Amino acid sequence: MIVTFGIALAVILLTIVISMLLRRKLREKYAILWIVIGVAVLILGLFPQLLEWLTGALGVQVPSNLLFSLAIVLLLGVSLHLSWEISQAEDEIRRVAEETAILNAEVDRLSRRIDQLTPSSRDEPDLPTNPE
Amino acid sequence: MNDSLDRVLVIVPAWNEQANVGNTVREIRERSAGLDIVVVDDGSTDDTARVARDAGATVIPLPINLGVGGAMRAGFTYAQRHGYDAAIQVDADGQHDPAEIRHVLDGLEHADISIGARFADKGAYEVRGPRRWAMLFLAGVMTNVAGTRLTDVTSGFRAANHKAIEQYVRYYPAEYLGDTVDSLVAAVHAGLTVTQVPVAMRPRAHGNPSQNPMGATVYLLRSVFALGLALMRPRKTTRGTTT
Repeated sequence: MIVTFGIALAVILLTIVISMLLRRKLREKYAILWIVIGVAVLILGLFPQLLEWLTGALGVQVPSNLLFSLAIVLLLGVSLHLSWEISQAEDEIRRVAEETAILNAEVDRLSRRIDQLTPSSRDEPDLPTNPE
Repeated sequence: MNDSLDRVLVIVPAWNEQANVGNTVREIRERSAGLDIVVVDDGSTDDTARVARDAGATVIPLPINLGVGGAMRAGFTYAQRHGYDAAIQVDADGQHDPAEIRHVLDGLEHADISIGARFADKGAYEVRGPRRWAMLFLAGVMTNVAGTRLTDVTSGFRAANHKAIEQYVRYYPAEYLGDTVDSLVAAVHAGLTVTQVPVAMRPRAHGNPSQNPMGATVYLLRSVFALGLALMRPRKTTRGTTT
């Protein structure tokens, strides 16, 4: 029963990941990790004796302990990786925000100069120089 | 005024300072005529940008709140693009006396970075408890790192010449305390020299200062953490990377 559940879980995971990939909702670099996890769960589901063999080989007492430990280590790694990625992304956002702000100041300065150069065009509606 | 510095940019980071920023900008213009002033509006939700613009400053309006570090990096990037010889940070809340700008800039004559220090026998600025220990600790370690006596390394009242501006644009940490302590360590590691100039500090004009016993203890721990990280970083990587 639990074996069927494991196989079903792996199939669902793989289906979701592949469908997200097809709809471009998930980048390949993250997808590969999840595909590897899904395939590993699928293999363990199809050949449960593999887990028992591994348990004996590593000297773990109960197969479920091995399974849980592996899952915890794996999830630790994944969340650490995501923290790293989000730090990276945050830094990029900061740079872009600083850049936008400087350009905004520049646009403001230039449009003021244009206003000074062409007093006749004052009747035209001003472009918003500083959306806030 | 230092003659070798033709073009100096005053960078004023401001976050929700509509009550103070106007006076600060006007006072800088009065006391130091000829200096360009740029107010970095750090994603304020009030009228900071408009007040600053009306007072005669150029405004860099950050679309989101990035903290002092992000605001200063934007200011330094602006200074670099416009070819300024030096830049000086002046806080919008009025604690930095615009009359002292000249003194702090004079420090650039014999160093790349000049810090306006609050405890160097001038003015009545005082702190006690964990916050004071943190400041003493930071001052002691930074004196060793920089090879010159520094008493107030967390002061935001500091000037940078064009070499320092370029270093700051390459690496200016945005983390809390990183903007003062870490940036200084990185600058020294990149080969820049630091000096300090005694300045008198004024109380905030409007609003509450961010000091309480609990916060001071956290401040102590964070400053040790930030400084430890900055010192452990290999010298090479502080050049290219950003935080």
